[in-house]
Amino acid sequence: MGGKLFRNFSFFSATLSFFLLVGIFAILFTYAQESMHTFGFDFLYTEIWEPGEDDEGGIFGGYIPIMGTLMSTLIAMILATPLAMGIAIFLTEIAPGQIVKPFSIAIELLAAIPSIIYGMWGLFYFAPIVQLLFGGNGVGLLTAGIVLAIMVIPFMAAITRDSMNTTPDVLKESAYAIGATKFEVIKDVIMPYSKGGIIGSIILSLGRALGETMAVAFLIGSVMTVPKVITDPTTSIPVLLANNFAEAQDLEISSMYYLALILFVVSFTVIALAKFYFFGRKKH
Amino acid sequence: MNRLLLNKIVLILSTVSAFIGIGFLFWILITLTYKGLAGVHFETFTKDLVEGGIRNLLVGQFTMALMATLVAVPLGVLAGIYLREYGHGSKFASVIRTLSDVMTSAPSIVIGVFVFAILVDPFGGYNGWAGIVALAIMMLPIIIGTTDNMLALVPKELREAGIALGGSKHKIILQIVLQAAKVGVTTGILLSFARIIGETAPLLFTSANNQFFTMDLTGQFPSLTVSIYNLATYPDEASRNLAWAASFILTAIVLFINLTGRYFTRNKH
Amino acid sequence: MANSELKKVMEVKDLFFTYPGAPEPTLKGNNLPIYENKITALIGPSGCGKSTLLRAMNRIHDLYPGLTYKGKIDLRNQETGKMENILDLKKENELINLRQRVGMIFQKPTPFPMSIYDNVAYGLKLQGIKNKGELDGLVEEALKGAAIWKETKDRLKDSAMGMSGGQQQRLCIARSVALKPEVLLFDEPTSALDPISTGAIEELISEIKKDITVAIVTHNMQQASRLSDFTTFMYLGDIIEFDETEKIFLNPSQKMTEDYITGRFG
Repeated sequence: MGGKLFRNFSFFSATLSFFLLVGIFAILFTYAQESMHTFGFDFLYTEIWEPGEDDEGGIFGGYIPIMGTLMSTLIAMILATPLAMGIAIFLTEIAPGQIVKPFSIAIELLAAIPSIIYGMWGLFYFAPIVQLLFGGNGVGLLTAGIVLAIMVIPFMAAITRDSMNTTPDVLKESAYAIGATKFEVIKDVIMPYSKGGIIGSIILSLGRALGETMAVAFLIGSVMTVPKVITDPTTSIPVLLANNFAEAQDLEISSMYYLALILFVVSFTVIALAKFYFFGRKKH
Repeated sequence: MNRLLLNKIVLILSTVSAFIGIGFLFWILITLTYKGLAGVHFETFTKDLVEGGIRNLLVGQFTMALMATLVAVPLGVLAGIYLREYGHGSKFASVIRTLSDVMTSAPSIVIGVFVFAILVDPFGGYNGWAGIVALAIMMLPIIIGTTDNMLALVPKELREAGIALGGSKHKIILQIVLQAAKVGVTTGILLSFARIIGETAPLLFTSANNQFFTMDLTGQFPSLTVSIYNLATYPDEASRNLAWAASFILTAIVLFINLTGRYFTRNKH
Repeated sequence: MANSELKKVMEVKDLFFTYPGAPEPTLKGNNLPIYENKITALIGPSGCGKSTLLRAMNRIHDLYPGLTYKGKIDLRNQETGKMENILDLKKENELINLRQRVGMIFQKPTPFPMSIYDNVAYGLKLQGIKNKGELDGLVEEALKGAAIWKETKDRLKDSAMGMSGGQQQRLCIARSVALKPEVLLFDEPTSALDPISTGAIEELISEIKKDITVAIVTHNMQQASRLSDFTTFMYLGDIIEFDETEKIFLNPSQKMTEDYITGRFG
């Protein structure tokens, strides 16, 4: 009898993640209704975010935080991808045996540092450098993008390294055996062989970058304006939620739920795509 | 020869990127240590936030993370057991596996919003329980994933040997298979604990924060990470120094747990 | 024995080889000639060092750091006719050049994740051949040389991963043959294949030797006796006996060789 009970308990636990996902979607969708009815899809390209008099009504559009999210993520991906690939190549193909372990651990520790630390360090130590080099007032899209890149690099590098490591030695050897250089083996054998995992790691990192809150919250400037140049401050969905969700009321909070729903659906789609399409059933 | 030159360039660039990565790690760690140690005093650990210390914040953060672990570990391990031992190969299991995999990377702020809607809004205010639930939701999919993967490493002969001795399935799972995967699962739990103890976004509007020492989970609950966010943006020097000190301590805790977890697995293999 | 007509292409002289961290050498003073346009088989029980020796002959070992060679492996310079020690090579381009002259076929087929055509053209492109017409001709020639032209000519653009194991292995041979190496090393090339594919590969190897000298490691006694002109028997890192294949299989001079061939051990 204990067996049946145990099985049922474990079945119930397994269904929990399904119910959580459905629950999150349902709750966000329900609470976003007011805003969805009022603004519909215009919400996506309305630049105004203004509460009405006495907190009655108002106009809320998601364009600025949506663009801020996409732009900071884009900057991060452009910077992070080549560096993460370089690190993965270094760890799998270049570094001598004794060095691989300490370097790998260091990269993984970098991934373990809480995002709030990145944000704070970025604000006090990195923003002034960006200001010095690119102008602006230190916080803005560019700074947020760069620090976001630093955050996702170790994550991306670790998954890319794992995929590259699945390339059979004998395949590499046969390329060397017809006179390929290391770079040619990487480009023509390892990269194509581990393509799925590498693209998957990039998309997965993209998903992470989209939803990152704390690092960006310190650095993007948190203002509801459209940036004119790359160093201008703006805001992103997670940052807007982090700073203003708690005080919002009525239509404004409903609009925030709307934004949370958009973020949730987009990152769910991106991550599911990476997991399902590129990683497949590799684990088995 | 052109090919050889190109080869050299790429290898050098890769090596440089690795050193840039390491460079950032050291830059961050050195900054933290330098700024952090300056702000750490004996009173930092004995006084509460209201008097310029972080005692209540540490206790609060650990309380919430530990309670979340107590909720997430049994559920996560059971779910992992179901996916690997009972439902393995079924459509249902593979759908759940993918969903919980996706949950691992769900934006933490959205989980905060969700918990706000179900546990803060209806109950009239921020409370420690909401923070615990938010952290548990973050932790659950990670534990499902590690349990699933670690059980997969247990050779099937072990299960067969158990069955051949006449054990019932659930006893074999609990007494043999789970035991064999113990080190891996424990490490997974440690690493996921290290991840949630440093989380800020899911706590911002669930537990929120409290300046005073409290163990009352029905009200606003002290959080180290939320405090760091608040303190760092205050203009006065003392608040910032405390934020650095708190960040240093938080990072030290997270990295220590991480290294401990890794040490266990290294020894095993 | 008409040894006077035979020309040495390679010669291993008093070779010691030690893996990184190993307390003693895996190869202990090996001596072995490789004769031009002949097939030399390396046989012996598992762990005897035959693959290790083969992998030393184009220094594919050098991909992994920390190993040590002692002794000489000579390779004849085609232009001057002089023997040159390949263990003296240090620079990357020298090693690349060596591996294009001494190719290698592995136990399992190793098609690259690209089309059939690109697999064969790959090594040629590395050599700097860019002209499409020239490449087409050389690829066709190599595929014909490896006896898979008929099966592949209509699907050159298809991925090589979709071929059968035997076809993949012949494709790998074509890929190496395309570079016109002087020596081709085979490391148990048929151990992962079915008997019919094995037959096709063996036939191919016998064909190839007109142009390319072959050294082959095999576990299969029949294969060694069917295929090779010379055979060397190795045991625990020593070369026990080297002679014409007929002599080794019919009338070995060492008791140990006889025991191994007749299946008394190994």
